[in-house]
Amino acid sequence: MPFLNDLFVNLSYWIHGFLARFLPLWAADLIMMLLTIACLIVFALITIMFINWLERKVIGRFQDRYGPNRVGPLGILQFVADAIKMFTKEDITPANADRVIFNLAPVMVVVPTFLILAVLPFGRGMVAADLNIGFLYIVAISSLTTIAILLAGWGSRNKYSLLGGMRVVAQMISYEVPMVLSALGVIMLTGSLSLVSIVEGQSRVPFILLQPLGFLIYFISAIAEVNRAPFDLPEAESEIIAGYHTEYSGMKYAMFLLAEYINAFIVAAIAATLFLGGWQGPSLPPYVWFFLKAYAIYFVLMWLRGTLPRLRIDQLMGLAWKFLVPLALVNLLVMGLVATLTQGKGLFPLVLASLVANGLIVAAVVIIYAFAMRRRRQVEVAA
Amino acid sequence: MLSDYAFLGLLLIAAILFPLAAMFMAFLIRPKKPGPTKKSTYECGLETIGETWVRFRVQYYIYALVFVIFDIETVFLYPWAVAYNQLGLFALVEMFIFLGILVGGLLYAWRKGVLEWF
Repeated sequence: MPFLNDLFVNLSYWIHGFLARFLPLWAADLIMMLLTIACLIVFALITIMFINWLERKVIGRFQDRYGPNRVGPLGILQFVADAIKMFTKEDITPANADRVIFNLAPVMVVVPTFLILAVLPFGRGMVAADLNIGFLYIVAISSLTTIAILLAGWGSRNKYSLLGGMRVVAQMISYEVPMVLSALGVIMLTGSLSLVSIVEGQSRVPFILLQPLGFLIYFISAIAEVNRAPFDLPEAESEIIAGYHTEYSGMKYAMFLLAEYINAFIVAAIAATLFLGGWQGPSLPPYVWFFLKAYAIYFVLMWLRGTLPRLRIDQLMGLAWKFLVPLALVNLLVMGLVATLTQGKGLFPLVLASLVANGLIVAAVVIIYAFAMRRRRQVEVAA
Repeated sequence: MLSDYAFLGLLLIAAILFPLAAMFMAFLIRPKKPGPTKKSTYECGLETIGETWVRFRVQYYIYALVFVIFDIETVFLYPWAVAYNQLGLFALVEMFIFLGILVGGLLYAWRKGVLEWF
């Protein structure tokens, strides 16, 4: 179906050509940009509505209940009820809060999410801005969320909010290091930071076959980056109420919710782009493949949320610095070695060598872990 | 390429306007009945005791320092990774040395107990 394959790209060309007939070229370009921005915002809103419903439904099933099923068929109109509630809810600003920071935080938390959506390749040619520094841009912009959340925690002037905000900063900066290191392997194989080139580099084999460990490290750190279960300590309701958004209500709370869900979708989409081949795939249109892969990863995110209990904070920080960072460094060096040794020998030796090397790393980790456990037991027995 | 950055500039403006517009619309519809109890700090019904904006342990900032070191290291690694295919064996050896120094730093921090969270 070549017609469906490039549906959105052809549509945008057609609109641009149509506009260029009446307007000067720069005006047509400007209108196209504004249309793209409108599309991105509408896309974000549809995604948050759909994901919110899907997650409640799926988590409900995991916990042996129905999930939302009152509003509309299968509860699909639940988001309408939620939106009405968010709009009509009273907005409370605590008397003690720092008003400027308190109101600035919900605005600032939304901005990076929209900015990242611009570089995601949704399909062939379906990228709003194909930057040649694509992945670096994502890393830089997504760390702005940390500042917004710290502002929220500090500005609320609530002890629980402040604790949540401080935890967010500690967690997000710790997990940023393994996340960025694990993506380096992909960039090494592609030789480009642009997400479009990374997807095109996977036309023969998705990078998950060359970088299974890299994918795993990226996935774990990405879950921690977006503060989802089992790494949702910043909003652990059983110890610090709701963390940094304890004091927020109404529309401001909705902004935090929006940023949280869209960010979760974005990390799933980036994982699909970097490791699963993005929009590459047989017979179905490219954008369908992209969403299938992104939602498959998002389903695993929901699955983990429904399965695993929350970690303790010292375990969480230890996992990042004592396990993921060394593992990512070793993985990077081994992948560099493998890439150099199999250079110019074709694809099959590269895949085979990568898989063997990754298997060796896993075996080494298991052996070291077993030794460490034995030594700890001996120490405990001696004591 | 330049038009891409112009697009991002426009998107930045739109992304700032979007939450402002949503909050303004909610401002028009929502009820406004503030009260002293409602505006008090939420602490599960108890009065909040003592100063909230306290100082944090120095350990916290050491974490941040370690992060800065490693983050800058990864930024240095990006150009290396991009040019990796053209550089060949020389780049690999150089990176072994560079990462070796940093792993030494990480081990030192580990032994010093900087990576422990209390």
